[in-house]
Amino acid sequence: MTLFPHPLVSAVIALLWLVLTEVSAGQLLLAAIVAVLAGLAYRRLTPDPIRVRRPRQILRLFLRVGGDIIRSNIAVARLIVTQGRDHRRRAGFVHIPLELTNQHALAILAMIVTATPGTAWIEYDPREGRLLLHVFDLLESDDWVDIIKSRYESLLLEIFE
Amino acid sequence: MSHLDQIHPLIAVLIALFVLIGTVLTLLGTVGLLRLGSFYERLHAPTLGVSWGTAGILVGSVLMYSTLGSRPVIHELFLGIMMMVTAPVTLMVLGRAALHRDRAEGRPPPGSDAPGHPLKRGTER
Repeated sequence: MTLFPHPLVSAVIALLWLVLTEVSAGQLLLAAIVAVLAGLAYRRLTPDPIRVRRPRQILRLFLRVGGDIIRSNIAVARLIVTQGRDHRRRAGFVHIPLELTNQHALAILAMIVTATPGTAWIEYDPREGRLLLHVFDLLESDDWVDIIKSRYESLLLEIFE
Repeated sequence: MSHLDQIHPLIAVLIALFVLIGTVLTLLGTVGLLRLGSFYERLHAPTLGVSWGTAGILVGSVLMYSTLGSRPVIHELFLGIMMMVTAPVTLMVLGRAALHRDRAEGRPPPGSDAPGHPLKRGTER
């Protein structure tokens, strides 16, 4: 049995511990203990290790999501202020068929969808690989299946699978 | 004399701008939470506070403390990551609970009456 089944998780937790306290011999020892315990605990939660195939694409995804978050923040804030005076807002559900099956990739997609105002992750059916999304403003011009699949899923597939 | 005097006025304005953006977005999210019509719509409002509401305040904080040079700015980075990681958990629990209730009561969730809508034709159990 290895002490570090998830080296990345352990390293990040040790770093976080040292940053939030101070760098000294005692804190270093505590950080190491916490990192080992957290790594072992995390293995019980998720057996498959995190494998990143194309690390360079992470930056691309990060920039793309960052831009989208700013844009949708402005859009949703405006809709709340105008109360639908500009146009009639129609909220509703959309089903997105996903090819992603990797748990970590799905978790990242959930974070992206949540962090982007205007879309909410409601339910994922792992058997059919189908995601139920609630969209704040369903504009006729937007094809949500295409937006999720081409903007985020394709990059996540490249990174993780 | 406070330590705030060490900050260049131009940077102080920039910090104020970011903090203002963050707080206004958080406020709008809260207003939305209060005034929007259905539960699923209300789910969207607080995400304003989680995304740029938080980011604006954090960027202001990074600018301020990196100019003062009193501590590394990595705290804000971790704070932002923690917000991003934990927000979907609550949102999913609330969203799924609402959907479960709607299905159990045999009532189509609001917004599912649109033509060609996935939840309309009784494909859901």
